[in-house]
Amino acid sequence: MNFKHKFVFLFPGLFVLIGILIFPIIFTIRLSLSGWNSYTPEMNFIGITNYIRLFTDDPRFWESFFRLSFLSVSTVILQYIIGFALALMVWKEIKFKRFFRVIFLIPMMTTPVIMTVIWRTFFHESLGPVNDLLGHIGIGPILWLSDPVIAKFTVIIVEVWQWTPFMFLLLLAGLLSLPKEPFLAAAIDGASPFRKFVYVTFPLMAPISIGAIIIRLIEASKIMDTVFVLTSGGPGTATETSSFYIYIKGLREFQMGYAATLSFTYLVIMIISLTIIAKVLTKLMIKE
Amino acid sequence: MKTIKTCVTALISALLVFSNVAYADKWSDQFPHIKATGDIPGECSYESMSKKDYSGKTLKINTHAVPVMGEPTALHAEQFAKLTGAKVDVTHTPAGDLYAKAMVPFQAGQAPYDIVFGFSNFINDWRRYLAPVPKKYTDMKQMKDVTPSHIGIASWDGVMYQFPVDGDRHYLKYRKDVIDNPEYQKKYKADTGKELKVPTTWKEYGEMAAYFNDWDWDGDGEKEYGSAEVMKKDDLMYAAFYSRSAAYSKNPKTPGGFFFDLETMTPLINNPGFVEALTDWVAATKYVPPGGINFGLGDEIGSFGGGQTLFSFSWDDAFVAAMQPDSPINNKVGAAQLPGSTKVWNRNTNSWDEGFNQAPFFVWGWAVGVAKKSKEQEMAFDYLCFFANEANHQADIGIGRFGVNPFRDADFQADVWTQIGWDKDIAQSYVDTLAEMEKSKNRVFPLRVPGTFEFNAALATAAAKALAGQLSPQAALDEAAKQWNDILNRVGKDNVRKAYSVGVAMEDNKL
Repeated sequence: MNFKHKFVFLFPGLFVLIGILIFPIIFTIRLSLSGWNSYTPEMNFIGITNYIRLFTDDPRFWESFFRLSFLSVSTVILQYIIGFALALMVWKEIKFKRFFRVIFLIPMMTTPVIMTVIWRTFFHESLGPVNDLLGHIGIGPILWLSDPVIAKFTVIIVEVWQWTPFMFLLLLAGLLSLPKEPFLAAAIDGASPFRKFVYVTFPLMAPISIGAIIIRLIEASKIMDTVFVLTSGGPGTATETSSFYIYIKGLREFQMGYAATLSFTYLVIMIISLTIIAKVLTKLMIKE
Repeated sequence: MKTIKTCVTALISALLVFSNVAYADKWSDQFPHIKATGDIPGECSYESMSKKDYSGKTLKINTHAVPVMGEPTALHAEQFAKLTGAKVDVTHTPAGDLYAKAMVPFQAGQAPYDIVFGFSNFINDWRRYLAPVPKKYTDMKQMKDVTPSHIGIASWDGVMYQFPVDGDRHYLKYRKDVIDNPEYQKKYKADTGKELKVPTTWKEYGEMAAYFNDWDWDGDGEKEYGSAEVMKKDDLMYAAFYSRSAAYSKNPKTPGGFFFDLETMTPLINNPGFVEALTDWVAATKYVPPGGINFGLGDEIGSFGGGQTLFSFSWDDAFVAAMQPDSPINNKVGAAQLPGSTKVWNRNTNSWDEGFNQAPFFVWGWAVGVAKKSKEQEMAFDYLCFFANEANHQADIGIGRFGVNPFRDADFQADVWTQIGWDKDIAQSYVDTLAEMEKSKNRVFPLRVPGTFEFNAALATAAAKALAGQLSPQAALDEAAKQWNDILNRVGKDNVRKAYSVGVAMEDNKL
């Protein structure tokens, strides 16, 4: 029997895969080997000049990468802790459970750019309501957006507010799917709520937790809209992240070839680092 | 005789233009924006445009975000559509993205927009993708009134690529009710031992701004601050820095370049003159309103125009906003030349030349062109011509948030401004300030070279680091100078020199 015709059915999927994944990556690699910019608008070939520039003469990219690492790791940790706590809260039989579940999801359902504009208004140092309220109790004005250190925490606050519901949703789904038996056994043994959480709930939730953390880390590592609207990477370069920096190089300064170099390098670094993180988390959280 | 004739013509024109009763017409009934003047006859007047028929055609425009330039673009698009039957699609884009939004399709050989707005210093990168303004328009009456410097700004090698719709320069704006207040003058003298007057140097500016910072000096129950400035990295802050640098670095004794030494193409932006200016600017972060380090142009306009600060400098918009009838500081502001300095760096002797120095910065302004690949070029030029017709121009320049500023000889008459409610002495100080800048022989013009966006972005990033305390002024400007050298190597020194020499010739009064 000739099964070769089965490959015909693979072609549509294969074409889509090539069109939306393989071609852009190959094009980006080719672009990264060119000097395409505003005054050389062509796909010329300059070898690895852009890569040499990146690894020897662009500390700003690496600074933005380490800043991104700090922002994404800290926001995801906070989102996980808060999201888990909220999920545990509405997992139990409490009054207005459905109402709280909906309320907790609202931030995720809003448009990030619009909400960031609103947060920027809240945190406006001279006209915003946050400093105004703090002023009534003798605090401030706090430089939410113009102090290099505080501005990072402002970005974290907005990111945590926006994306904790996503973590909450995944973890609540995980909690609802857990088997009842281990909890019954723990109850029969007289385990306290704390011991139940540490020895039953948390280990059972580990696979889901790892998945949720990795998904959020991937998303958080692309943080762009919050930074763009809230601080524009400032003050100075204090909140500039890798994706924002790549955007500046590519679409502000029009260094297309160099921006492609940054993008491809960033992609490779992220694939490697997220793979390592996933392995480490699995080792730490899942005990055989 | 010629002067008398010009004055009489201007007076008659002003009377005709601003006489509501005499010139209220059918067009101002339909379009209240021009109610003060009615339609003014011309090749691109409301009357003339109403005779065109662009039904079934679509004009696509990429312009700045609302309100600055974005609002008048949309308003005139709506008017143009009503008059001609055309469909006009207006896309609004943040300032930092205007360049790339046009360049990406330009380089791909496409024309998603018939008309693209940007800044006049994009001309060198954009001109190969723009259609020259046809002779029909350059010969029009309304074009004849455009100042020679703005014709030059819109042109390259004698060919006009950008249709003049705006004319910009940086100058000082101050609160007249404070600076001229005898009580504050006495108090300032008693507290500091110095005179309270319009600052003539950046040091005086800083001292006064620091003194009038963080207390309620206008009795409105709110705190006021020293100065509102464009300090946000990606929002034209490089232009604000050049304004602060000009006095320290533009030495009339050392022609041959402000940004680069034209002969060697060595970047000059880390010389002691620029460092002094950046040091002043870092000090200014202490007397701007809370969050002032993140102020873009819109914030600056709102802050000074809303009465929050004593000083401001940069474009006309904050001043015009302050002078609008609904402004809390209407007729309480004054205009003056940018402050100067008591010393200026001499790069030939590597030392400071003592003595007063002042250099106006002609930052130029909004620019707009028609894509060479546009299939609707005639309609596009008609739209631009309509945008800048006399009636629209007169109405637009009186609205601060529009960002449309004087670029015609007629705009430099005080009567034009008193007719819209400005006090006579304020109007006079405004037009005198603008006129004096035109006469100055020690001017600075913006960088118009290949890769201009890269140069300015590198400078802005370095200056922003200094303002945020991440680097010292010297280290920040050394970093910028290194990046400028890298850009020069990528673009080619000779390419940059060739383009830069045009600006240098203008600065050195050779053109």
